Amino acid sequence: MKSISQVIAVIQFAIQTIPQRKASSITTVVGIAGVVAVMIGVFSIALGFQRTMNVAGDESVAMIMRSGSDSEMMSGLTRESTRVIADDVGLARNEQGSLSSAELFVIINLPKRDTGTDANVPLRGVEAQAFNVRGKWKLIEGRAFAWGTNEVVVGRAAAAEFAGLDVGSSIQMGPNKWQVVGIFEESGGISESEIWTDSAVLQPAYHRGDTFQSVYAKLNTADIFPEFKNRLESDPRLDVKVIRQTEYYAEQSGQLSIMIKVLGGFIAFLMALGAVFGAANTMYAAVTSRTREIATLRALGFSGPPIILSVLAESLFLSLLGGAIGATLAYLAMDGYQAATLNWTTFSQVAFAFTVNKQLIIAGLIVAGTIGFVGGLFPAYSASRIPLAAALREN
Amino acid sequence: MKYLSLIFTNLGRKKIRTSLTFMSVLVAFILFGLLGAVQTALSQGVDVAGADRLVVRHKVSIIQMLPYSYGNRMAQMDGIDLATHFVWFGGIYQDPKNFFPQMPVDPIPFLDMYPEYELSQDHRDAWLNTRTGAIVGRKLADRFGWKIGDRIPIQATIWTKKDGGRTWEFDIVGIYDSKKKGVDLTQFFFRYDYFDETRRGAEGQVGWYVVRVKNPDQAADVAKNIDDMFANSPYETKAETEGAFVQAFAKQIGNITSIIIAIMSAVFFTILLVAANTMGQSVRERIVELGVLKAIGFTDRSVWAMVLGEAIMLTATAGLIGLGLSWLAVSGMSDSLSGVFPVFYLPVKTVLIGIALTVAVGLVAGSIPSFQAGQLRIADALRR
Repeated sequence: MKSISQVIAVIQFAIQTIPQRKASSITTVVGIAGVVAVMIGVFSIALGFQRTMNVAGDESVAMIMRSGSDSEMMSGLTRESTRVIADDVGLARNEQGSLSSAELFVIINLPKRDTGTDANVPLRGVEAQAFNVRGKWKLIEGRAFAWGTNEVVVGRAAAAEFAGLDVGSSIQMGPNKWQVVGIFEESGGISESEIWTDSAVLQPAYHRGDTFQSVYAKLNTADIFPEFKNRLESDPRLDVKVIRQTEYYAEQSGQLSIMIKVLGGFIAFLMALGAVFGAANTMYAAVTSRTREIATLRALGFSGPPIILSVLAESLFLSLLGGAIGATLAYLAMDGYQAATLNWTTFSQVAFAFTVNKQLIIAGLIVAGTIGFVGGLFPAYSASRIPLAAALREN
Repeated sequence: MKYLSLIFTNLGRKKIRTSLTFMSVLVAFILFGLLGAVQTALSQGVDVAGADRLVVRHKVSIIQMLPYSYGNRMAQMDGIDLATHFVWFGGIYQDPKNFFPQMPVDPIPFLDMYPEYELSQDHRDAWLNTRTGAIVGRKLADRFGWKIGDRIPIQATIWTKKDGGRTWEFDIVGIYDSKKKGVDLTQFFFRYDYFDETRRGAEGQVGWYVVRVKNPDQAADVAKNIDDMFANSPYETKAETEGAFVQAFAKQIGNITSIIIAIMSAVFFTILLVAANTMGQSVRERIVELGVLKAIGFTDRSVWAMVLGEAIMLTATAGLIGLGLSWLAVSGMSDSLSGVFPVFYLPVKTVLIGIALTVAVGLVAGSIPSFQAGQLRIADALRR
């Protein structure tokens, strides 16, 4: 009992006297805030990208592409193949027939709003059932395009990121003008970076003949996917690869987010190392400036462990304060920040919002705490070793 | 210089503090070097783009093909002395993670267009004599341990062969290298004639052209002439200098990179701020001592110089070692990162700025305490 009350008293004392060591304490707090802010910032990019790629996915939606192709961009399917797929018994149906949409996926050069330089904007040609295959698709402005005309609807993120995609404006595509008539959303998913139109109109514009690149098909239930996949892939009339929509997008987001995480993680680690040195410096300074105090405490009968704990507590307090400030800054500055980058597998732009979630903030605080703990360890030990007589004599 | 030993003694008086400060400055400069390398990698070789080369692609998007005949038509235009073409093959070697670019080209105009790709005469002859021959960059060959004579199977994702197969086999007949830094050594080039007669569909069409202008000053005019010539045809073009093309491409990767770089730089300066504060503190703690020095005859100037010298000594040594370590790290990672960053090296510019910064940081960190130390009156100092 006695040692616990000792610990509490000494910790209180250490924390109450922090204002006397303002300069060095503030530097530690600032340094650690910086590390945590950067760490959270970098990871929020990877997280936001992953979220965009995965949020609108549906386990019961299958994507069919030509076998051997890595992405829709590289695939090619004939109309006969898309008909065979649409007739499969595993597909969900409504009054207009089976829920399958044969689609074209191409890119068009449009200037980015912020830099004015050309970007590869994805342009998708769809069939009527596309909107029923994707349950979360919703028009938020204007109207849907009329079938058979040069009209397009634009994803919300694409309209924000690229110039000339507001409702009422038009896009020049070779000899043709395409009218923007509406804006849609799909719960923040990747299709919001795309422009959609009638595939029958897009085919001649891109010299594609009567071919498509992928079929999106809604299955009766998600569980029948393995047999559906097996049936199509072994059908002698077809030469296709079947993949769940969720897996397809998870695969695409993998590469970029790994790159960001590895690069960001490595740099964040280096910075954390730098911050540990900074924190240790501050705590050594704190211990030095309190040499007489600590010696007095020890002379009064306080034992080593409470003194070690008090130094550690001060260090943890400062680092967690820094961590909290850093996390707040990162949240304010990064959460929801709109950006766009190139999705390498489809060679086209993906617009997404940086995302800071609870786990990320907790991870940031854990890192801050670790920095404080490691940085405080040796100074704490040396505080408990101060030679009494010499320390009391010091001025 | 006669104060050197005094400076060293001062640095050694609080070994722990000095080494902690030293380490944080060191880490900051490792970070600085890495940032420079990442930034160069992400700008994707803008530095090595030829001022006399134009990239000509389909106006609507780069995925649309252009007719093979455009090459000859452009080569005959005024102001152009060479035109050559590329196709994006986009194949997979063993696993999609092993990404590297493969492109079919016409060997002779291609090698003429890119003198920076250095290929020995033997390898060049071998390539011209082998229809299925391919030349690869030195880094790419190192990455997969390829040697001359190896037969490499590539799974096509776009280009099916006439017989319906998708495995294309190539013989490695040459390895190109470059003395110039920043040249992409991770590419795989094979012969267009073999490609065109083997592929099914889109025969006689190519992805994009690179043309060489006779006079780089006229590049913009030539680009406009090209676009005008093909205007209102089914295949309209967009011509721009290679530098503009590469830069626009880097911008497609987008503001993510500039954001990462901005936050990293902020941290670099935070770490330095912390280090500078510590150095200032260590001078403040020694006020009495500095007073004693002055009392025994050191001039204001020499005390000022000594304190400043101490700060610069610390940051410069730590900074230089940090830059050295980052150079080692970058060279070490260069090969393993070649799939992600084809070009990854520490540019001379970054090193020079870094060296200047190591001294500048010491100057800034030491200026206030050293000024105070210089101004210090003996009586005030000793009274503390």
